[in-house]
Amino acid sequence: MFKILKYSFFDLFRSRWSFVYFFFYLLLGLVLLFLNNDLSNAIITLMNVIIVLVPLIGTIFGIMYFYNSREFTELLLAQPIARKHIFLGQYLGVAISLALSLVLGLGIPFIIYGLFESSAIWDFFSLLVVGSFLTFIFTALSFGIALRFENKIKGFGMAILMWLFLAIIYDGIFLLLLMYFQEYPLEDFALAASVLNPIDLSRTLILLKLDISALLGYTGAVFKSFFGTTKGSIISFGVLLAWVILPIWGMLRLASKKDF
Amino acid sequence: MKAVLFIFLSFVSFSFYATEITVCETCEIKSIKKAVEVAESGDTIRVKPGIYKENDIVIKDKSITIIGDDFPVIDAEMQGTAISISAEAFKIEGFKIINIGRSHTSDFSAILVSNSTNFEIKNNRFDNIFFGILIERSNNGRIIGNRVTGKAKSQAHSGNAIHLWKTEEMHIENNYLEGVRDGIYLEFTDDTEIINNVCKNNLRYGLHFMFSDGNTYSGNLFENNGAGVAVMYSKEILMYRNTFKNNWGSASYGLLLKDITDSELKQNTFEENTVGISADNTNRINYIENDFKSNGYAVKIRGGCYNNVFERNNFLYNSFDLTYNGHSNENTFNGNYWSNYSGYDLDKDNFGDIPYRPVSLFSYLVDKTPESIVMLRSLFIDLIEFSEKVSPIFTPANVLDEQPYIRKIQW
Repeated sequence: MFKILKYSFFDLFRSRWSFVYFFFYLLLGLVLLFLNNDLSNAIITLMNVIIVLVPLIGTIFGIMYFYNSREFTELLLAQPIARKHIFLGQYLGVAISLALSLVLGLGIPFIIYGLFESSAIWDFFSLLVVGSFLTFIFTALSFGIALRFENKIKGFGMAILMWLFLAIIYDGIFLLLLMYFQEYPLEDFALAASVLNPIDLSRTLILLKLDISALLGYTGAVFKSFFGTTKGSIISFGVLLAWVILPIWGMLRLASKKDF
Repeated sequence: MKAVLFIFLSFVSFSFYATEITVCETCEIKSIKKAVEVAESGDTIRVKPGIYKENDIVIKDKSITIIGDDFPVIDAEMQGTAISISAEAFKIEGFKIINIGRSHTSDFSAILVSNSTNFEIKNNRFDNIFFGILIERSNNGRIIGNRVTGKAKSQAHSGNAIHLWKTEEMHIENNYLEGVRDGIYLEFTDDTEIINNVCKNNLRYGLHFMFSDGNTYSGNLFENNGAGVAVMYSKEILMYRNTFKNNWGSASYGLLLKDITDSELKQNTFEENTVGISADNTNRINYIENDFKSNGYAVKIRGGCYNNVFERNNFLYNSFDLTYNGHSNENTFNGNYWSNYSGYDLDKDNFGDIPYRPVSLFSYLVDKTPESIVMLRSLFIDLIEFSEKVSPIFTPANVLDEQPYIRKIQW
């Protein structure tokens, strides 16, 4: 498994895609800090970028990589290697290299601008953790979709639809429900709905870390009392972890049943 | 000014036959209470440094001047009021008054002034107090340069630093008020000037008006209070050059206006408050040349606000510039600068060519369903905001700035 992981990882490095991704984040971080010159403001802007772009890039990258290396995968399948190891290795190779590009690409400019002396270091740290989680989640989901659909066009379409659903449509439905049932107490529903979607959960986690949370009023207080406790942190961490593990498990199940 | 002159003249006239009484630990008179008893109108009592464990010092109908040298300490030992005065033309200067006891039935204070005129309370320090300076049924007083520091924990168990009740023509200047319930509280107090004070870290309000008309406050700093200033049930209040800063928390305001009319806000700065101004039932108020910077909500207009004018204000990087209740609009928002404005100025007249709509769709949604605030900074919200901007459907169509400035307004 580690051999395959290593292979995928270095394959991405050689194909320079990781570098493109890395330089994109490096540039983004530098420009943001140059324009803002204030770490905590830059972190808010960065959050907006991360919760939209990281899932999108993870999705497209994952599905592209899978379809491109299909022939190599088939070659590997002919070897006496467990299927689980092949797919897990490829998945981890992609996800780790993407997460690394994100962490390094954003980390370097922030360190140059004096992150370690700043009080924003924990906000930044949680931003990176959330970003890495999102990378792992969406790469796994896209691998699953690619395994499910032979047809590349269909696969791409489904992957984009999945991203659209979690990033935009989910929020639309969520908002509609909130408006429709506005006569009822909705805090618990809002809490549950935003915990269940990884993008919403990441957004909420970061927003509550930044002191913008006072804006959220009564609902914010409910949220804060949930996420502020150990129980809340464990649950939200658990949900993020479940969002990584369940798609991987599904992907591996699909892989073991699939007739190549 | 008249009041100042009067005080000055009255001191001058008294000083011709005044005697000076000195109080110290080794003097003939060892307590302030005793000194007050023997003093006649026009006398000066000079208190040397030391700790005086006294309370209930009563000055009645004696126009005396009490001066502390190098801040002698009056320790009320948590029992009752330290000094209570009912007199004309007196002056208290340079004391440090500590340990005023808390009570649920009486308002124990460091200095209690009642039925007095022409007095001055200057450069005193107050620490660990219940009420600081409590003034009732008095007029023409000057409260200058005092410093109050409290350790208030809950609203029910704390008092106000400067509390005015049924007073007129007071002058409150250069005081530093920290860690109490309300920094300055005015009830039934008219024609008072409040200038250059600092109100910080107070539990409830920095400055609180109730039923007080014709007052002016200017150049004050209100920082990190429960709410900066609350103006309620009053009229003709002038608010100039104040700074409202960091009043941040889920129920915090920079300035709360409730049931007030015919007032003016000019050249104030609102910075990093959860809500800059919350206006409820306010009529004929002019908001001119104020800066709203990095607030959660810059201005929240609730019900019953008519004929208010916003002009030449700068709205800079607030999460929401304006939230607005209802669809009809009787207020004008013309000629402000909005940092979120994305229009253009082709004819170079410094005004944007297309009107700006300060009420965003999201603020409208949040107003209707407060829970939807959890969607803050979601991509979906950005998308519908954009489409709403192109063709407004939900946001009140007549709340708009016809002449938004293209550059920040310098005032």
